[in-house]
Amino acid sequence: MKTRNQKAWFLVAPVVLLVAFNAVIPLMTVVNYSVQETFGDNLFFFEGMKWFEEVLSSERFHDSLIRQLKFTFIILAIQVPLGVAIALAMPRKGFWASVCLVLMAMPLLIPWNVVGAMWNIFALPDIGLLGKTLNAMGIDYNFTRQPFAAWATLIAMDVWHWTSLVVLLSYAGLSSIPDAYYQAARIDGASAWAVFRYIQLPKLKHVLTIAVLLRFMDSFNIYTEPFVLTGGGPGNTTTLLSLDLVKIALGQFDLGPAAAMSLVYFLIILLFSWIFYTVMTRGEDK
Amino acid sequence: MTLALKNVSLRVDGLMHIYDTSIELVPNGFNILLGTTLAGKTTLMRLMAGLVVPTHGEVWFNGVDVTGVAVQKRNVSMVYQQFINYPNMSVFDNIASPLRLARYNKDEIKQRVSEVARLLRLDPFLKRKPSELSGGQQQRCAMARALVKDSDLVLLDEPLANLDYKLREELREELPRLFATRERTVVYATTEPSEALLLGGYTAAMDEGRITQFGPTGEIYRRPADRVTASVFSDPPINTVAVRKHGARFTVIGSDAGWRVCDAFTRVADGEYEFAVRPHHVRPANGVADGAIVEGKVLVAEISGSESTVHFDMHGQSWVSLTHGIHCFNVGQTARFLIDIDHSMLFSMAGELVAAQGG
Repeated sequence: MKTRNQKAWFLVAPVVLLVAFNAVIPLMTVVNYSVQETFGDNLFFFEGMKWFEEVLSSERFHDSLIRQLKFTFIILAIQVPLGVAIALAMPRKGFWASVCLVLMAMPLLIPWNVVGAMWNIFALPDIGLLGKTLNAMGIDYNFTRQPFAAWATLIAMDVWHWTSLVVLLSYAGLSSIPDAYYQAARIDGASAWAVFRYIQLPKLKHVLTIAVLLRFMDSFNIYTEPFVLTGGGPGNTTTLLSLDLVKIALGQFDLGPAAAMSLVYFLIILLFSWIFYTVMTRGEDK
Repeated sequence: MTLALKNVSLRVDGLMHIYDTSIELVPNGFNILLGTTLAGKTTLMRLMAGLVVPTHGEVWFNGVDVTGVAVQKRNVSMVYQQFINYPNMSVFDNIASPLRLARYNKDEIKQRVSEVARLLRLDPFLKRKPSELSGGQQQRCAMARALVKDSDLVLLDEPLANLDYKLREELREELPRLFATRERTVVYATTEPSEALLLGGYTAAMDEGRITQFGPTGEIYRRPADRVTASVFSDPPINTVAVRKHGARFTVIGSDAGWRVCDAFTRVADGEYEFAVRPHHVRPANGVADGAIVEGKVLVAEISGSESTVHFDMHGQSWVSLTHGIHCFNVGQTARFLIDIDHSMLFSMAGELVAAQGG
């Protein structure tokens, strides 16, 4: 008879522990909170689906969800085409290619709260370079008072911070296209548009799928930068989902509703990502 | 159609890629560029196509100087080592793409595509995407794109290199037939001497950015103009050793070993030469007592399928013997080999061909 080697368990143990403490246990805690009412002194009462019903029918949740979707849609619509365009325009080799890559990587290296603080100061109407310049040009701009200005600043900040990611991914995708494709297209007499449409874009498909997924999920998770920049204001106009969540959970200490809301929020991200990924990879090699 | 390169050279970033080269391709013929990797085959093809402009010299196409003319105005097509197709177009659209860009009408496109697809046995796959085809079919699709256009010049850059052995054999047989159907000049780059011999036609041997010789393939194989061409046209590399001829005998310089001078070399003046023989004309001298027998220490011995390759030390030169059948040797043992002197070449010490017999 063969003895089974149990040593394998030791080898997977670190990963199991890491994932357990990092993801599974926190998520289960949240599930646990989401069905209970919390009082001080660690008193919990089972409430069933009450919080879910409350969250799903609350106007506040609808508003922040709509705000969130609007934000995500706008930044994707700007960052993806802009990122691809910059990647196409970047030199392929030589000194300037390195310079461009370093410049592009820079925003990604800056800590998120610093990005928020930078843009906050940059956009202040009285002392900020951007805010003061705009006002001096006769444009009435104050992101702490005007909802539109707050949105524009928020989006400009996110575009500045994250377009680089799309650029770097697309650049890597473009660099992997063999030169022979471009030669073949030149011999055929294909236009620059045709080269983009029939060679570069299809070859970038996988990279862009990943880029859109990453940006989609990240935009839902965005917290630090808008928190530092606008704090969700003026009023609630830039209170995105995560900001709202933290307000409920920590500001009001309503753990139950906050937990139910995070789960709904988690399922939305999962659902969107799954649909998008399935559609993008449909009909490919099994 | 004619294509001539006149004193063409190419320098990129101070490095010579192609040295002063003149060649007139055989019109409507099968022209092979034979050379190792980095010999300049692809670069020369790109010069012929017009994808790069030469630093010096002129490219003449059908009697017209087209040196600076853009590639899309020259009516050429090219097939690459990688399988280059438009990834998200169907096979039909891929084959049709050069015709669409040249603004052919719909019926003609349909008729031509199905004609070429039939020729390349792609007709069952016209609706598929290239990624849904096997490697051989993908390359046939790329070839169909090159053939459909009626171009005057077709450049094939190692088109079979990425295919497995069996598909390579199959397509290699089809190739000359496919391209013989219309009047066009074909240039075919390969690293394999055996492929050049199988394809026939005309061969230009290339080495380090130069064409060393151009002529009918068999002719170049049998009578290479110099040592470099002989080694380009031999795989494994041709065996050479410095010898001294005196009367009817060659003696290896620096040793007592030697053999009889074959008939074709008897008229050659006495003196020092480079004696060369291809690996498959050196075989183990099992029980043979007579003839050009040399002794050497075995360095490497390999048996692959039905062939035996033995590397041995020939008075300081590494020689290779390639024979059919299984011959077992131990590394380090001294073995005797028989040189087939009726298939040998003699080069001057400067590398020029002096005499050749039997190829």
